[in-house]
Amino acid sequence: MSVKSALLALLAQEPTYGARLRAEFEARTGGTWPLNVGQVYTTVARLERDGLVKAAGAADEEGRISYRLTEAGRREVAQWWLSPVDRDSAPRDELAIKLALAVTVPGVDVRQVVQTQRTATLRHLQDLTRLKKHAGDQAPDGAGGADIAWLLVLENLIFSAEAEVRWLDHVEAMLAREASEPRRHRMDVPVASDDITLGRTAR
Amino acid sequence: MSGELILRLDDVSRVHGEGATAVRALAGVTMDVHAGELVAVMGPSGSGKSTLLNVAGGLDAPTGGRVFIAGWCIGDLKGDALARLRRRRVGFVFQDLNLIPSLTAIENVALPLELDGRRVREARRMARAALQLVSVPELADRFPDKMSGGQQQRVAIARALVGDRRLVLADEPTGALDSHTGEEVLRVLRERCDAGAAGLLVTHEARHAAWADRVIFLRDGVIVDSTGTSAVAETLLGAAVV
Ligand SMILES: Nc1ncnc2c1ncn2[C@@H]1O[C@H](COP(=O)(O)OP(=O)(O)OP(=O)(O)O)[C@@H](O)[C@H]1O
Ligand SMILES: [Mg+2]
Repeated sequence: MSVKSALLALLAQEPTYGARLRAEFEARTGGTWPLNVGQVYTTVARLERDGLVKAAGAADEEGRISYRLTEAGRREVAQWWLSPVDRDSAPRDELAIKLALAVTVPGVDVRQVVQTQRTATLRHLQDLTRLKKHAGDQAPDGAGGADIAWLLVLENLIFSAEAEVRWLDHVEAMLAREASEPRRHRMDVPVASDDITLGRTAR
Repeated sequence: MSGELILRLDDVSRVHGEGATAVRALAGVTMDVHAGELVAVMGPSGSGKSTLLNVAGGLDAPTGGRVFIAGWCIGDLKGDALARLRRRRVGFVFQDLNLIPSLTAIENVALPLELDGRRVREARRMARAALQLVSVPELADRFPDKMSGGQQQRVAIARALVGDRRLVLADEPTGALDSHTGEEVLRVLRERCDAGAAGLLVTHEARHAAWADRVIFLRDGVIVDSTGTSAVAETLLGAAVV
């Protein structure tokens, strides 16, 4: 997640100081991705260095300095809204790596690994669903902007968890098929070869 | 769960067919569902989910073990008594074909009460109350083909829980619905369970199962895991490691 872009977007709405930025960010995302104050200050300092924000005036009586966007900062935010989030640089997914290893390292009960994960993910999904039910009960209609922001973050997490369960179901079905009709040449693949990945997927 | 025990499966097995073609659909399933609880069942196709539901509702008889509904062991009941227990205590909701097309919503909901010998007026009054509980009182005089899928499922839930019936067994009740409508149906089911019903829900959608208090996983007719932090899960884990 680009903290930098998010803070710029918040500053585009109105000039403010570091601690408020952090509070605003967390309020709108339901505290799902907590920021620490230090992270906010270093990010703002970098934004200032890059000419994207500047102090909106002198420090107030509590010593807080508000920042506002420069013209370059405004362009940067506009650009951010217009560009898709980059999905090419896949974040390292520990679960995918774990299962890729599980199916290749001998002696691992892959079905158990899958089931353990599925149960854990379902539990997580139950927690998220309780939060959603709660949020929905409190603001059935005409929920304010912050409530909608929180609900859509929750939905995002629900969709991800759901996708993970579906993927695990898919993996399980694949493994069951594999067990009932093993692919030929499976173990003939020369392990030292560079094209081990090609070898594994070829029939 | 502190609610009253509504459904108990005690070491239940079900073998379909005989001899070489016999299929063991359930093998030693033990579980409880209490009032106020919604339990979801997940598992691959053919794992025994529908068989579990049918056996739990007395539509199908186990070939081993015992099923208790509201304290009654259904294996001990003679045909008539079992039919009566089912009518009074158990409601089913399926993926589709839940409602009788030639009857209005309120007639559909009142039907099990009338079959049970209630006076028509009283049955209608109770049916109206049940429709109110699922928030569709305005559909009372409508025929099923004039309702959306979600509305039909709400009416089906009302019928499943009309009168004293406290056990609702739902087999893929959201299967034919879009995700938003499916979720509405889950909310209603959840609400009814919060109000004291006991629910057993079969679904292959994780996001729907997540409305349950507990999700159990079936594989080859055996409960292989559960999201409940019960001793069962611990035992299974222990057994799997050995
Ligand atoms: N009446 C029957 N006669 C013979 N075999 C049956 C019968 N009903 C079910 N089976 C078998 O019992 C097993 C469990 O079936 P069941 O319908 O309970 O599975 P399920 O988990 O509900 O599957 P799905 O997700 O596809 O609905 C399957 O192997 C099925 O073929
Ligand atoms: Mg089924």
